[in-house]
Amino acid sequence: MSEAIIQLVDVVKDFGSQRILDHVNLEILPGRTTVIAGGSGQGKSVTLKLILGLLKPDSGTILVKGQDIAAMGRRELNEIRSIFGVLFQGSALLDSLNVFDNVALPLRERTRLNRDQTREQVVNTLLQLGLVGHDEKFPAQLSGGMKKRVGLARALQLQPEIMLFDEPTTGLDPEKTLEIYQLFFETQRKFKYTAVIVSHDIPKVFNLADQVVVLNGGKLVAFDRPEEIQLSEIPEIQSFVKATMGHLYHSSDME
Amino acid sequence: MIFKFIENLGDRALYNLNDLGRMGIFMLRSLSGIFKRPFRFRAVVRQIREIGANSFGVIFFTAIFTGMVLGLQGYYTLRKFGSEGMLGSAVSLSLLREMGPVLTALMVTGRAGSAMCAEIGIMRNSEQIDALECMAIDPFRYLITPKFIAILISVPLLTMIFNVVGIFGGYLAGVKMLGVNPGAFFSGMESSVVNKDISMGIIKSLVFAVLIVWICTGRGYFVDKIEGAGYGAEGVSRVTTQAVVLSSISILIWDYILTAMLL
Ligand SMILES: Nc1ncnc2c1ncn2[C@@H]1O[C@H](COP(=O)(O)OP(=O)(O)OP(=O)(O)O)[C@@H](O)[C@H]1O
Ligand SMILES: [Mg+2]
Repeated sequence: MSEAIIQLVDVVKDFGSQRILDHVNLEILPGRTTVIAGGSGQGKSVTLKLILGLLKPDSGTILVKGQDIAAMGRRELNEIRSIFGVLFQGSALLDSLNVFDNVALPLRERTRLNRDQTREQVVNTLLQLGLVGHDEKFPAQLSGGMKKRVGLARALQLQPEIMLFDEPTTGLDPEKTLEIYQLFFETQRKFKYTAVIVSHDIPKVFNLADQVVVLNGGKLVAFDRPEEIQLSEIPEIQSFVKATMGHLYHSSDME
Repeated sequence: MIFKFIENLGDRALYNLNDLGRMGIFMLRSLSGIFKRPFRFRAVVRQIREIGANSFGVIFFTAIFTGMVLGLQGYYTLRKFGSEGMLGSAVSLSLLREMGPVLTALMVTGRAGSAMCAEIGIMRNSEQIDALECMAIDPFRYLITPKFIAILISVPLLTMIFNVVGIFGGYLAGVKMLGVNPGAFFSGMESSVVNKDISMGIIKSLVFAVLIVWICTGRGYFVDKIEGAGYGAEGVSRVTTQAVVLSSISILIWDYILTAMLL
């Protein structure tokens, strides 16, 4: 068995007659950061949902810690999901709860922390993410970028082993984007989680990545070193690189 | 041509079977949430306020006018046979057995059922339910079961309120406006209403409550799986309409079945 914590083996996913993933293979190693890039509608979010068992593949297997997630019963699924922290593309905050309660939700439902401990931890996270003073607001009263940060705060609460981020910085200004990546850097160093990030911030996110995969036309191309992506011979990837980066870049540029 | 027809028929049958199975499992999971600890007391109370207390006004007005109409109609019909004295028993029996449970259930469907369906549907579409699942929080225990419990408590209570207010409406129309003897009105009621009439009304209201919450939350929960409903806001609005229609019709069908069984 491979040491990968997440493994996609020959995965096919169709929606109706549209083939989204066409025999995709991917290995994600523990403690590493994988960036999934690719144009809009290429199946990045679908890939994350497959990993979470929210969608089932039409064929192929998805292994999380060596277990087939599509074959799991509800109890096993719950167990395996508690090692995940997820930031959805649309944040997916609960409309009926305010910011504080949204962030506190996983602590209240999944841990035995008392009121004060919960409050302390939530307030700390809100502080880190620059959300102080907004804790009474409801999701409908937040901007897109604020929702993202609340979603991130919620995902971080249970110190997950694997973090899935679906476009964590879309809708944030450059300064906030940098802050998010800094926070990501710090938390990852602290908790050593495995990260899968869907992102369009190509140059910035390359700095964090141990592996970059590009989804295109149902195929997935993995690059062990971010720089290699520029040397790809595949025309779609070449044009994607040109469009998103504008220029060639070396990892030393970002240090 | 004929093969196409058979194929379509088969597709529909499969889809409906699938849908029924889904809804069946949905019901089981919602009910099993009742026995899971810790009990979500506060969520249930909030839902009782949402479904029950906030429906009070609608129920009150429906009841008082229904009672008054029953009083009026009953009076003119009974007068033909010279038995206006029977008005109290006619009004109370039709309320307790039929009008009370059925109209309460229909009003709750329109007021609370539609809101429930839209709420859950929106939560499904905006991935809030997926998010709950990913946090390993059971969406049934968290979202659906409190609604089941709340509606099972609220609808019978609202039905009883409906009955009392309705009888008062009948009294207003019959006694106060048309001059039926108040003693005859109430003694007629007392002598003709038996326990069975009351328990029949309560059984009906419980069954209707289950139908409302099952259909309305279930349709919302599966908003993305319902054929031809469309997506996004449009999908939610179509499914909500569908849920209200479906649960209203089911209430009337089950009213007939229960009446036939219990009478
Ligand atoms: N539930 C669904 N039913 C039908 N089609 C779907 C569903 N979810 C996604 N798709 C389709 O799958 C494709 C991939 O969607 P996905 O959301 O994964 O794109 P993405 O790569 O995340 O794009 P973006 O960068 O815009 O978020 C799209 O063509 C979309 O229309
Ligand atoms: Mg996406």
